[in-house]
Amino acid sequence: MAVGSAAAPESAPRAVAPNPYETASAPTGRTEIDRLVLAKLNKLGIQPANLCSDAVFVRRAYLDVIGTMPTGKEAMAFIKDESPNKREALIDVLLKRTEFTDYWTMRWDEALRVKAEFPINLWPNAVQAYHRWIFTALRDGMPYDKFARELLTANGSNFRVGPVNFYRAVQDKTPAGVAHAVAQTFLGERTEKWPKERLAGLAGFFSQIDYKATLEWKEEIVYYDPAMATNGLAKTAVFPDGKPALIAPDTDPRQVFADWLIGEKNPWFARVAVNRVWAWLMGRGIIHEPDDLRADNPPCNAELLAYLQKELIAAKWDLRHIYRLILTSDTYQLSSIAKTRSAAAEANFASYPLRRLEAEVLIDALNQITGTTEKYVSAIPEPFTFIPEDQRAIQLGDGSISSSFLEMFGRPARDTGLWSERVNKTTPDQTLHMLNSSHIQRKLEQSPKFQALMRNATAPREVIGGLYLMILSRLPTPQEIQAIAGYAQIEAPATAASATGKSGKSAKSGKSSKSSGKYRDPGKGREAALDIAWALINSQEFLYRH
Amino acid sequence: MNMNHTILSAGEMTRRAALQRTMLGAGGLMLGGALAPRARAAVKAAKAKAVIQIWMWGGPCHLDTFDPKPEAGNDFTGPLTKPIETNVPGIRICELLPLLAKQADKYSILRTMTHGINGHETASYMVQTGHKPGDGTVYPGVGAVVSYFKGYNGGYKGLIPPYLVMTKLQGRFAEAGFLGSRAKPFATGGDPSQNPFLVEGVVAQGITDKRQQSRRELLHHLNTLGLTMPDDPQVLEAAKSEQAAYDLILGDAGKVFDLSQEKDALREAYGRTRFGQSCLMARRLVERGVPYVTINYEGWDTHKGHFQEMRRKLPDLDKGMATLLQDLSDRGLLDSTIVWWGGEFGRTPRVQWDPPWNGGRNHFGKVFSHVVAGGGFKGGHAVGETTATGEEVKTRPIYVTDLITSMYDLLGIDCNAKLPHPQGLDVCVMKPETGVAGSNKLTEIM
Repeated sequence: MAVGSAAAPESAPRAVAPNPYETASAPTGRTEIDRLVLAKLNKLGIQPANLCSDAVFVRRAYLDVIGTMPTGKEAMAFIKDESPNKREALIDVLLKRTEFTDYWTMRWDEALRVKAEFPINLWPNAVQAYHRWIFTALRDGMPYDKFARELLTANGSNFRVGPVNFYRAVQDKTPAGVAHAVAQTFLGERTEKWPKERLAGLAGFFSQIDYKATLEWKEEIVYYDPAMATNGLAKTAVFPDGKPALIAPDTDPRQVFADWLIGEKNPWFARVAVNRVWAWLMGRGIIHEPDDLRADNPPCNAELLAYLQKELIAAKWDLRHIYRLILTSDTYQLSSIAKTRSAAAEANFASYPLRRLEAEVLIDALNQITGTTEKYVSAIPEPFTFIPEDQRAIQLGDGSISSSFLEMFGRPARDTGLWSERVNKTTPDQTLHMLNSSHIQRKLEQSPKFQALMRNATAPREVIGGLYLMILSRLPTPQEIQAIAGYAQIEAPATAASATGKSGKSAKSGKSSKSSGKYRDPGKGREAALDIAWALINSQEFLYRH
Repeated sequence: MNMNHTILSAGEMTRRAALQRTMLGAGGLMLGGALAPRARAAVKAAKAKAVIQIWMWGGPCHLDTFDPKPEAGNDFTGPLTKPIETNVPGIRICELLPLLAKQADKYSILRTMTHGINGHETASYMVQTGHKPGDGTVYPGVGAVVSYFKGYNGGYKGLIPPYLVMTKLQGRFAEAGFLGSRAKPFATGGDPSQNPFLVEGVVAQGITDKRQQSRRELLHHLNTLGLTMPDDPQVLEAAKSEQAAYDLILGDAGKVFDLSQEKDALREAYGRTRFGQSCLMARRLVERGVPYVTINYEGWDTHKGHFQEMRRKLPDLDKGMATLLQDLSDRGLLDSTIVWWGGEFGRTPRVQWDPPWNGGRNHFGKVFSHVVAGGGFKGGHAVGETTATGEEVKTRPIYVTDLITSMYDLLGIDCNAKLPHPQGLDVCVMKPETGVAGSNKLTEIM
């Protein structure tokens, strides 16, 4: 697509602002979420950012909802669409995509520590069963209360009954160790900060879980063992709200706990769930961090949290409803260009926070743009696991299957399942890798997508427009086109020199030797195009959600 | 209440920011200067300034390296029946290590290492961290701990990351443990025996400095979002990171990886192999102040055809490690550099002759050898004695904690010093109770 015609959407009615990222409109309190957020911001005297542009929205929604970049075509179709409800319509479409399930399964895999090897040691077959169960539950919209109940009460083989692995995906399988994991997962609390008696009370519910081996290698049956009642611990079970539990003999104490947990009066259960979804989408929780709920870490906006809790229960524990509420709010659609910079503004969602793409999303995006693939391996290759060549990182079920790129860019180890395990901070070694590694350089140089783009383009402008759409999901601004034109001019003599052999250190690939130094020379054009692609993938606009 | 939260979260951010500033692993690169007073205080005046760890990935056999048992018979020795005398009377080592035999006065052999674990991952974790797994906390490895105290917190100011591994991550457990991904080592990638050594991200093939510079300018012109919101903290951080990266790409610091600056004769002496040149690279790095360098030496998990593998691999080990010791010593660096050789365990002293092993050795955590040199460790000793077949410890069991706490001592790292735990748990470098049978530092050789 030619850049000339493509510039049109930039100057379309919405884009009054002088940058491609924001509109001139301020949020108006369109939804209940917006009214609650704006009320709080008003009270604090903080001015929220303007609403984001369509180009920003389409990219943001894809990345946030399905962990996947829009293709150039998808981005353009959305930007050109003139229907007034197109943003809501897009959210609805995205919530139905398979990648939505992939991406949110990845999040749950993290929280639940789905990992074959040390220190969790689920074992590959069990990881597959567990991951598959989570995936299926999310895909089919299993209500969240049922999801929790199944995780807490399942019995059976770790290879066949996915959710029993909840009780295996812990580093400490004692009743207290399991109680710690239960509190972290479903109450969002850290038992390190609890009085000892409270932990002991919760541990009582998990005092009759037994594990036994079968004849199959590493198969393990996890089950409720009535005979373990003799340890007497179930009798000491106390709910986290301080009420002692009455557990009838021959009753699985886990059932009693699960019933209490998912009961509508339980103050924790829904709160933790909606806060987690909010944090996943907005970059920080209404209570932050989302697994550190405690009396002295109150929500920044209690009314907002209460509203979402109520909505989850009213929607019969359908978490997709919460996603939709958040994603279609103006609060979610604020630009990342903040009008106020302060800790309070950040904590109260006055703008969309810039966040570096997660390791998995970033490498998938690079692969998508360039049309290349990545190799993933487990340090323990047994039993042999076939990993397809076009494996996407967000679909990796096993935390033990990884790549050096994922490790470098802060993929969580899944050792603890805590929010803080994922580190999206930009570090110089990551920057070095993006700027200058053979890994990234190879992807650019060998990209079949770029080659096709260059082959099919009739003018350099088409190449530039195509690269912008593929990489940044928008078209270049006039200033950017100018800068690129300038770059091509500057590069022309240098390339001509290398073609005549004056540049001794030049590549052995010999690609520059084709150059005749002419302005429209294909070899030179190729190098310039690759440099532009290189610059765009190293821009903050590509590397960060914005 | 809400205002309270604001204050709290600001405090939380400051605390975290401080934590991150002190956890300068590979990611830290150039963010030096921000000192953590606590980490500083934990490092006392020390003999050792750096560690070169030769990690024998897979577990080398003690009988075929530093604890030969020629009298034990063919089922134990296999064809390696003629150990050689070293330059230290009374100490013999494997016949395939003649060059190391001439350096025995520089190192001490720890012949009675023991932990009893035969699984790679658990044993690796144990040997690398000094902790037993399973208490719910995943501890950082020695490299992450040393670079935490002796890296940017300890006054190191170099552009090269303070914890570096050649050429691949060890991978069987997270080296950084609870310190998080930022405390991981920088993995060089590439192969130092190739010219140039393509250190991933630092040295790129076929891109001239001029093109680097013009590309960088282009990037700055096209970074529209960054230019639109230059005051965003993430944008600022990215800019700092980019500056740091280019200091390495275009500046002088990256030249440390240019092995062509070394004399050919020396490069030959080290051996023109991945391992040999990694040893040379390690010397160049500690020379420039890098506190922890790991050489991840793969291929020692020899279940099958063990003796053929030993004939192929031991000469490579011999050349590289012997030259490293000599070279460090010649340059006066051995006194301040600990060289630590060893893997996660040893291998079964009794050879498995039957198929499919055909002369193989299995995992053996009950007895294995490690070697230490320099940095305050005395050379010329063999600590501990094993039984006639090398299957049992006879005298002086050495636990991993004994070794690691000894190294920390020489490095001036206080085992009671606190490590920053992301959930605020009270964790010190080495709990006293982790010493399996009471911690017995290697006072014999310190």
